[in-house]
Amino acid sequence: MNILVCVKQVPGSSNVQVDEKTGLLIRPKKGNKLNPYDLYAIEASLELREKTGGAVKILTMGPPQAAEALEECLWMGCDEGFLITDRAFGGADVLATSYTISQGIRRTGSVDLIVCGKQTTDGDTAQVGAETAEHLGIPHLSNVTKILSVDKGWVTVEANQENMIVKESLRMPCLICMDSEINTPRLPSYRRKKALDGSLIHSLTLNDLEDKDSTHYGLKGSPTQVQKVFPPEKSTSRVMVEGSSEELAQKLNDLLADRKFI
Amino acid sequence: MMFNKLTREDFQKLESMLPGRVLDGKSINEDYYHDELGTAFGVPEVLVKVLSTEDVASVMKLAYERNIPVVVRGSGTGLVGGAVAINGGIMLDTSAMKKVIELDENNLTVTVQSGLLLMELAAYCDEHGYQYCPDPGEKSATIGGNISTNAGGMRAVKYGVTRDAVRAITAVLPTGEIMRFGSKVVKNSSGYDLKDLIIGSEGTLAVVTEATLKIIPKPEYAISILVPFSSMKDAISTVPKVIRAQVTPVAVEYMSQDVILFAEEYLGKKFPTHASDAYLLLTFDGNTREAVMHDMETIADLCLENDALDVFMIDTDERSASVWSARGAFLEAIKGSTDQMDECDVVVPRSKVADFILYTHQVAKEVGLRIPSFGHAGDGNLHIYLCRDGLEEKEWESRKDRAFKLMYDRAKEIGGLVSGEHGIGLDKRPYLLNMLGERQLELMRGIKNVFDPKGILNPGKVV
Repeated sequence: MNILVCVKQVPGSSNVQVDEKTGLLIRPKKGNKLNPYDLYAIEASLELREKTGGAVKILTMGPPQAAEALEECLWMGCDEGFLITDRAFGGADVLATSYTISQGIRRTGSVDLIVCGKQTTDGDTAQVGAETAEHLGIPHLSNVTKILSVDKGWVTVEANQENMIVKESLRMPCLICMDSEINTPRLPSYRRKKALDGSLIHSLTLNDLEDKDSTHYGLKGSPTQVQKVFPPEKSTSRVMVEGSSEELAQKLNDLLADRKFI
Repeated sequence: MMFNKLTREDFQKLESMLPGRVLDGKSINEDYYHDELGTAFGVPEVLVKVLSTEDVASVMKLAYERNIPVVVRGSGTGLVGGAVAINGGIMLDTSAMKKVIELDENNLTVTVQSGLLLMELAAYCDEHGYQYCPDPGEKSATIGGNISTNAGGMRAVKYGVTRDAVRAITAVLPTGEIMRFGSKVVKNSSGYDLKDLIIGSEGTLAVVTEATLKIIPKPEYAISILVPFSSMKDAISTVPKVIRAQVTPVAVEYMSQDVILFAEEYLGKKFPTHASDAYLLLTFDGNTREAVMHDMETIADLCLENDALDVFMIDTDERSASVWSARGAFLEAIKGSTDQMDECDVVVPRSKVADFILYTHQVAKEVGLRIPSFGHAGDGNLHIYLCRDGLEEKEWESRKDRAFKLMYDRAKEIGGLVSGEHGIGLDKRPYLLNMLGERQLELMRGIKNVFDPKGILNPGKVV
């Protein structure tokens, strides 16, 4: 079974600050890292490969240094990586990004199951997975918490859909977006890092894709116009409660009930 | 030592000095009757919530005049019965003394009241781009509690223990005199170091109310590695080689699969690997990514040369949380695996750690107790837990005493000491005497007598 995991390199700190005056992102000193939500997708895919055999490929889109994210996936145990990179892809919104990824996927060989993370820590749209599947014309499901079985061309999964847990079977090839906190992702192996050279990572540029029309990619292919970027409001208000253990328990209960948490 | 009981008049005097902050009888929460481990028990006659050095001084004056015992208490996270009022008397609760008094960025010190929690101190330093280096596992302990036991923690391999990070203290003597010991200076060759004597004295010499602590600019990068070995012996025997290498790790921790499984159950969360029964967890820090990676790779290669099964890299906050949250939960996890436990915080020379852990396995079989352990392999400090597992009281006490005796005797033979960081308190006194001998204890008692001639400060503890 061939599994393809879509990943992204994101800023090293999940708490990226925005300059309130300029609206520009303040790049953290920590450099870049693999999107934490993708780690659950990789772990779920590697666990599935252990049961079904086959390969786990990974794909990312980004500047050349995004290959670092692919290397990290290889150190975790993935088999082969694809980096979609070209100046023509810069400035892409969700539509152009998902279209580019869908084009890249067509160049990765036979794929039965495409697995994505829930969202990224920088964009946070949680739309790229589903839109990629739409471009490919394949079934998709988000918030998947468990891959239950793979049988005769169908994958059966459990997904957390707000008010209910659903069990769905999807005909493969299909795309699933894994929920977060569903497993404990394995750690990258230094032994694999030492053993691997760069030969397992392949670059895909505009020229390698089926659709070579540059107006479908990057800024030109992006209908979204960003008006303004600003940091989210943060509330630092606190409520102090005092009293005996019983009183504190009661007050806490009342506070939570007032705010409709319980 | 005979002490006076508090009279109604004493209570009224305290109440007039600290209105609304003096509790007695049933208004004292039962949590104050014991510490975290709950092996010792004692009911204070009054609980006084102090807010300042002057508060402490006024209470001590009264206690001294009236010959009333005083026990100082921070968060109550101790494990050896140190902050328990076994003679009744006054319990001084410092947990509301939480002020950060001064951040001196030129001398790189932060001065705080002794009730500030370790986690609050860490957050304050972090917010200002600094790091307070000692990192004891119990983050909800107060800095005063850390000073009282000379707490160590995981970063001791590179940065030392609490004593190494305390530049000065403000302390109140049993008479109520307020003293300042040490200063912001880096060097000190000015007579006996009374500050260092008070650090680790577990509230028996003076009441520490403020501390001036050394801080460093926060290292920009840190990376940990989790290294599985096929056996505990392979893992531990690699540690001296790591220490000899020209790299200084921040932390070198040993953990075994059985303890990891307790932590998984306790946290309801899987550990990222189950590759082996024995692991070393090492951390490196520095100010450039390249330098930290170089250190990490040097030690990773060394571990592989010494038959490590692999080396897993922990290079992001998420990965760090998945491993260190388990490491941080070991004590609570083992506690949750049994109905009652007691602990041995022995410290042995680094070269003897493996032998000592193997010996605890032998003791476990011989005595018939489950004895899980983990520890700071980099500094030889082990945390060994004796689990009751439903044994009858008498049988539990007898097996426990036998196990402790065997382990402390072995520690003495191989050049170890009773406690690496938890202190002596009430519970470990017999073993301290056995380990150090009567003459050393006599010297200690002499020092105690100079500071506290009436013996009112934390009587019955340490010496």
